[in-house]
Amino acid sequence: MDEKQILEIENLSVEYRTDEMLVRAVNGVNLRLKRGETLGLVGETGAGKTTLALTLMRLLPRGIGFVTGGSVKFDGANLLSLREGDMLAYRGKLLSMIFQDPMTSLNPVIPVGKQVAEVLELHNEAHRTKEQIEERVDEMFRLVGIPPERKGEFPHQFSGGMKQRVVIAIALACEPRLLIADEPTTALDVTIQAQVLAMMTELKEKLDTSMIMITHDLGIVAETCDQVAVMYAGEIVENGSVEAIFEGERHHPYTEGLFGSIPRLDIETERLRPIAGAIADPSDLPSGCRFHPRCPHCTQRCKAEAPAEHVVNGHMIRCHLYEGGAKA
Amino acid sequence: MQNNAQETERLRQYKKRSQLGSVCRRFAKSRTAMFGLILLIILILIAIFCGFFLDYEGEVIKQNVRERLQFPSWQHPFGTDQFGRDVLCRVIWGTRISLSASLVIIAIATLFGALFGALAAYYGGMVDNVIMRVMDIFYALPFNLLAICIVASLGNGMLNLGAACVVGVIPGFTRVFRSAIMPIRNQEYIEAARACGTRDLRILTRHILPNAMGPIIVQATLNLAITILAIAGLSYIGLGVEAPAPEWGTMLSDGREYMRNYPYLVIFPGLAIMISAMALNLIGDGLRDALDPKLKN
Amino acid sequence: MGRYIAKRLLLMIPVILGVSLLVFTMMELSPGDPAQIILGIRATPESLAALRTELGLDQPFWVRYFNYIWNALHGDFGESWRSGLPVLQEIMVRFPSTIKLALGSMALMVLVGVPVGILSAVKQYSLLDNVTLTGALIFSSMPSFWLGTLLILAFALGLNWFPATGGDTIRSYILPWITLAASSLATLVRMTRSSMLEVIRADYIKMARAKGASEQRVILRHALRNALMPIVTIIGMDFGKLLGGTMIIEQVFTLPGLGSLAITSVRQLDVPMVLAEVLFIALLAGFINLFVDILYVYIDPRLKSQYVMLRKVRR
Repeated sequence: MDEKQILEIENLSVEYRTDEMLVRAVNGVNLRLKRGETLGLVGETGAGKTTLALTLMRLLPRGIGFVTGGSVKFDGANLLSLREGDMLAYRGKLLSMIFQDPMTSLNPVIPVGKQVAEVLELHNEAHRTKEQIEERVDEMFRLVGIPPERKGEFPHQFSGGMKQRVVIAIALACEPRLLIADEPTTALDVTIQAQVLAMMTELKEKLDTSMIMITHDLGIVAETCDQVAVMYAGEIVENGSVEAIFEGERHHPYTEGLFGSIPRLDIETERLRPIAGAIADPSDLPSGCRFHPRCPHCTQRCKAEAPAEHVVNGHMIRCHLYEGGAKA
Repeated sequence: MQNNAQETERLRQYKKRSQLGSVCRRFAKSRTAMFGLILLIILILIAIFCGFFLDYEGEVIKQNVRERLQFPSWQHPFGTDQFGRDVLCRVIWGTRISLSASLVIIAIATLFGALFGALAAYYGGMVDNVIMRVMDIFYALPFNLLAICIVASLGNGMLNLGAACVVGVIPGFTRVFRSAIMPIRNQEYIEAARACGTRDLRILTRHILPNAMGPIIVQATLNLAITILAIAGLSYIGLGVEAPAPEWGTMLSDGREYMRNYPYLVIFPGLAIMISAMALNLIGDGLRDALDPKLKN
Repeated sequence: MGRYIAKRLLLMIPVILGVSLLVFTMMELSPGDPAQIILGIRATPESLAALRTELGLDQPFWVRYFNYIWNALHGDFGESWRSGLPVLQEIMVRFPSTIKLALGSMALMVLVGVPVGILSAVKQYSLLDNVTLTGALIFSSMPSFWLGTLLILAFALGLNWFPATGGDTIRSYILPWITLAASSLATLVRMTRSSMLEVIRADYIKMARAKGASEQRVILRHALRNALMPIVTIIGMDFGKLLGGTMIIEQVFTLPGLGSLAITSVRQLDVPMVLAEVLFIALLAGFINLFVDILYVYIDPRLKSQYVMLRKVRR
């Protein structure tokens, strides 16, 4: 294994099983992440991004979410085969996660300071005393830009942006190796978004943490990420450096569609070009290429045969068009 | 182009599933709810048709001292009571009394509850305050106590017992309906209807009530069960249906004297009460889950 | 906080007045002549008339009502028309039995209902959960007097473990407690379960797991208090229901409590007795409700800070 790789996901598949249906949320995902780098995971709602994140945290809903194949190597350990007791030592310490909605991520009946202190107490290998933990809590509050005097207050006394800062303080308190941020700014105002993002990136650099940034905002990806993976219907359809994805000529039709759906200042267009149709129903996935019902380049082959991963200009594209490395 | 055709077809089919249809489908999927429904249908059939195969004067209330206090047998599957009346016949006839009484009570209470709740929620302010404070007064009295006072002032009997139950149930209904209607009142589509010049009554009946129907139906079903229990309970303490009518609670109360030696006298009427209440509870729970799948755990 | 309690107590006054007016009016409608009831059938018309004047029955409705309230405020609830004894005295004799019955049932309900509901939610779909739900369904569909009767048949008459009637020893309260608690207990279990299930799905629970908290810690430290908040209000409201239930239970087990007193006085048209009793029970239910609401403010920091902040603003 490459020393610099912190995370290697091989052929990972996840299913949700309920009485009513079977949902194949993640299908054969391969991903790698280097130490200190940021991976942007983009795609529409329902593409399986959050499921992938929960799988890494081993927090899939019990009795419903199941890993059906593949492996996840994190910092040399196989995460999926760890016993639950050992996993507890990873969560919050080596791996931490920021959830989408800061309004509901904090426990309403516990003062925010205690919520930050809890993660330090749970992973107290250094045997810090109570005072030392409190000092560290103050330090974290200062880092995320909240006056430490407010640590005795309850979540409802904070605004959304401030709550997300508290959540970030919790996530980074133990200086994790990998931070998974699931749409950390979607629920915030645009101005607050920029502040929170800037702060996250800064703290991440300072602590040398790797990050998976889940978002559907391509602007955020361009600003914060080193590597980008585009997800569609549980598959990674395109994966490469941020330059390759944003600047290269050759892309997966879905990626082209995504970029066509955002307004641009440099090109004059009459109107935006949204991708036709709706995202594939994960309980009833189409045959062949998952994207074929919406693809402008769809062929007979696309309907029958699932495309393999092709490497084009140093980045991966999962599309028949790029077989042999060239656009047919 | 072909894709688009497929897509529109898919969307068309999707729309076909109406809201009512999906509620019914979810309800039918629940085995417990269907079990309750079947039980209730059987009980209703018994209540309707018991007059065809039972002779009220001859079999249900006629005393027959020679056959008093006989244990269950082929001839009298549930045994006979202290007056020699067949317990099975009386339990069957009791279905008619309990079901019809509770249905009428709940129908009236629902009407008043929906009216008060809608008025309070729709007009708010002073109207809301007056209605809800009056309801608070009724709410401060435990149901049994209120019922006892009403029966004391009006006298014994089925009709007064029914009135007591109606008065006892209305405050709870009003609260539920008010809180069901409250959030709808502030929705944009109500604003829109008002902006179009729609009259209050029409807004209430056409826009608000249909959207508040879910909680109302569930509340009514669950309260049917509570009412069946309440009627039986009040009859048991001697405030309701008078002898010789075969009301389940009265039968149980009459059987108490003999229960040491003839326990079947108190077992069968109680079982009938429990089965009816259970059927309605099962249906109520099923409806709640079907109407609001989010609540289903 | 003191301000909140004072406000709540003030709010109780109109409710209690309303209850008294309601019951006073209903008793007014009841058939029968009080003087006749007190003196019996053989009384002379003269003595009847004299008694009517003495009781103030010749005065208009509102005068009598305000007299009643005025006297009641001074602790005088009148004399029973049947026994001639002061009403308050009779109520105080009966009160301990009823409060023992109601509080015991409430304790049983909370001590059993809350843990079972939480276990059932934590082990959702397990055998325990299914048994609990089925049990809750059965108990909430069972008329209390029938359950009491069955318990007497099985454990008093059959096995002879407990007395079937009377309220002399704690032992004789065990079956009544179970009977009275059963249906409220069933509801409480279901409410606790669904409240817990809702909380378990909340984001902050995922967050707690993501911090590396063990399952036990997640449930006890993070979920429990949040799940209990709505439950506390329900328990408070259930107390009134339990008080109402005592009437039937006291009949089943022939306990000498307020409930059986109420039924007897209603049957005998003993108006002062009924009035005082209804007021007494309404007050009791109101106070317990208030107590629970205050408790709630302490559990929910959102409410607590609301009152603290209000105070700050007012200063």
